[in-house]
Amino acid sequence: MGEPGTKELLSLEDLEAAGGLRTGRKHVLSILVENKPGVLTRIAGLFARRGFNIDTLAVGPTDDEAVSRVTLTVDGAKHPIDQVTKQLHKLVNVLKIRDLEPEDSVARELALFKIACDSGSRGEVLQLTEIFRGKVVDAGRRSVVVEITGADDKIESFEQLVRPFGLIEMVRTGEIAISRGRGET
Amino acid sequence: MRAADALMEALKAEGVEVVFGLPGGANLPTYDAIYDGGIRHILVRHEAGGGHAAEGYAKATGRVGVALGTSGPGATNLVTPICDAMLDSVPTVFLTGQVRTELIGTDGFQECDTGGITMPIVKHSFMVQDPREIPQAVHEAFYLARSGRPGPVLVDIPQDLSRADIEYEPATSVSLPGYQPTTEGNQKQIRLAAKALANSRRPVIYGGGGIVNAGAAAEFTEFCLADRFPVTLTVMGLGAFPAPHEQWLGMLGMHGTRAANYAMDEADLICAIGARFDDRITGKLSEFAPRAKFIHIDVDPAEISKNVPAHIPIVGDAKNIVPRLLAEYRALEPDRARLDDWWERIQHWQRQHPLRYDDSADSEIKPQYMVQALYEATGGDAIVSSDVGQHQMWTAQYFHFSRPRRWINSGGLGTMGFGLPAAMGAQVGCPDQLVCCMAGDGSVQMNMQELATCAQEGIPIKVFIMNNGYLGMVRQWQELFWDRRYSQVHMGSYPDFVKLADAYGATGMRFEDKKTLVEDMRQAIDTEGPVLVDVRVTQEENTYPMIPAGQAARDMVG
Ligand SMILES: Cc1ncc(C[n+]2csc(CCOP(=O)(O)OP(=O)(O)O)c2C)c(N)n1
Repeated sequence: MGEPGTKELLSLEDLEAAGGLRTGRKHVLSILVENKPGVLTRIAGLFARRGFNIDTLAVGPTDDEAVSRVTLTVDGAKHPIDQVTKQLHKLVNVLKIRDLEPEDSVARELALFKIACDSGSRGEVLQLTEIFRGKVVDAGRRSVVVEITGADDKIESFEQLVRPFGLIEMVRTGEIAISRGRGET
Repeated sequence: MRAADALMEALKAEGVEVVFGLPGGANLPTYDAIYDGGIRHILVRHEAGGGHAAEGYAKATGRVGVALGTSGPGATNLVTPICDAMLDSVPTVFLTGQVRTELIGTDGFQECDTGGITMPIVKHSFMVQDPREIPQAVHEAFYLARSGRPGPVLVDIPQDLSRADIEYEPATSVSLPGYQPTTEGNQKQIRLAAKALANSRRPVIYGGGGIVNAGAAAEFTEFCLADRFPVTLTVMGLGAFPAPHEQWLGMLGMHGTRAANYAMDEADLICAIGARFDDRITGKLSEFAPRAKFIHIDVDPAEISKNVPAHIPIVGDAKNIVPRLLAEYRALEPDRARLDDWWERIQHWQRQHPLRYDDSADSEIKPQYMVQALYEATGGDAIVSSDVGQHQMWTAQYFHFSRPRRWINSGGLGTMGFGLPAAMGAQVGCPDQLVCCMAGDGSVQMNMQELATCAQEGIPIKVFIMNNGYLGMVRQWQELFWDRRYSQVHMGSYPDFVKLADAYGATGMRFEDKKTLVEDMRQAIDTEGPVLVDVRVTQEENTYPMIPAGQAARDMVG
């Protein structure tokens, strides 16, 4: 139908609409921005104004000092991701956006857990930390601070497991991600 | 060179001939430079007036409009025009003064975070931090304002920086790596669109303000006439197709014609060009054009599939795309007769539901008649601005705009008080043309003060107030949907506009008789200088037809 270079017409029934679809999964957007005043406000403001929720947000320098990288995660079940990225692209200081596919990228997050423990429970907490390849970065008589790195599901399961001991506080960085293979993210 | 003088040079390098503004502490250096800077400055009486004047100037001429304000209240007074320019994609640059660098963040006198306040309503903004950035920021501001999808750009300059001494070098290139608007549409998509159109039996071409912005009205018209395509336009697009015309269905949307809205409802293919499926067009989204497939041509990729999923999206400039679409379409040699049935159906609606009103039998002036009278008095040869309300919709319905940039209104934001200053700006940009404003008696009072500017500067706009004594559009909604509980919409016959005009140094007139209205209007138009006419019309007339908010085209009333 409607072959190029021919006069064959296009059947309207065959047309399908794209866009506006909810993907139903988490998206990690890796965004390169010019290091200009107010860039972050513009991004945050855009999300607020369009009613998009940012689940996590991490910002840091890149190897080029004029450029920063913003990594944010958005729930594709709630928001049409192509609208989110198209609106982001309209910000003049946004240089590049990549919607990182889970299988083509590595994502990591760092979390610090302050866990209540006494001499009785300390051993068990340390054991869990080891299983999760975490590190104890501070220890006191009645608590320890544990550092865990990993994808968000790993951090969440650690959280579940230590909660019963008494989770005093948890601090997470939000995910950062990089593409697999030789190409730039 | 002083940075403020460099600012003048930078503006002149962009071709700026006129700016609208009002001085204050934070932009004193700029005003000192304006004193003999070689750019015409029009001293407005309120910054909002200046902002809307810049918009009117831009809409009428296609050039970038420029407005100035000082920090704090000067800048906040510009917020409404900035937002208006954003929603209607008007190429504008707003230059605001800011307090001295050392005061920023201290809640200093007249300090406000202009950049922060305006961030969600600008295309982009520059908060100048080094005086040497000024020429480049101005150059980029103008480039951003007029390219791609046009819009407002803010340049905020702290007072001390505009006094600083810099080496002025004209900026010659932009450095905006993150800004690369797509102008050329994809050829494959264009070809698909042509093939779909050639196969469609119930097509509608739905155009918007983007056609006017792109300067593509001639191309658009030629394309529409390549076949017997039924054509409708949004309130922002009026003039992009020469009305009246046998292929013209009238405006669509909330107060559009039944023919246009019913055609959208039954279409099998809708080709949207420079339009954005606003809720005033679609009504209830889930019931909008249920049988149609959509071709969507727009320069802003984010508009495509935002509200209505597009089947054939084409991103780019209408001026570039439409002629190519036309060429592809012609090459297919479509069968013109296939549209016979469709036209029969459309003509049936047109015959059954023309735009109509019950004219008075005596001397009473019906508001719709007032618009027709203005059309007759001007021969249709005028730039017409309007405020917001019933009078705006009646003007859109009954004044036939046959050329682009002749109809200047606030469509997206719906800003009361837009009409008079916008007419002023349009007149400054088009000194040889007749510029009229169709004003509401409520709206006009929101920026009346610019009549003083017009009198002082000799800007001869003709303002016709459609005086119904009410905030009419709100009264209409209260009548239809709120049980006639007229809450805070009656304004009576205050103020006395004729005396007011006189006090402002303009000519005031009052017309109350239908029989002489056209002749009276001619007289007002022939009067030198700014004229403000109080036209007394039927008080409780409703704007019909109407799709009640949130309902579907099929539910049109009136
Ligand atoms: C600044 C602003 N405030 C309020 C409104 C809401 N509003 C929309 S139309 C309208 C009535 C306008 O009355 P008028 O200018 O007399 O025009 P009419 O509808 O009577 O023709 C109002 C209050 C608005 N659009 N803009």
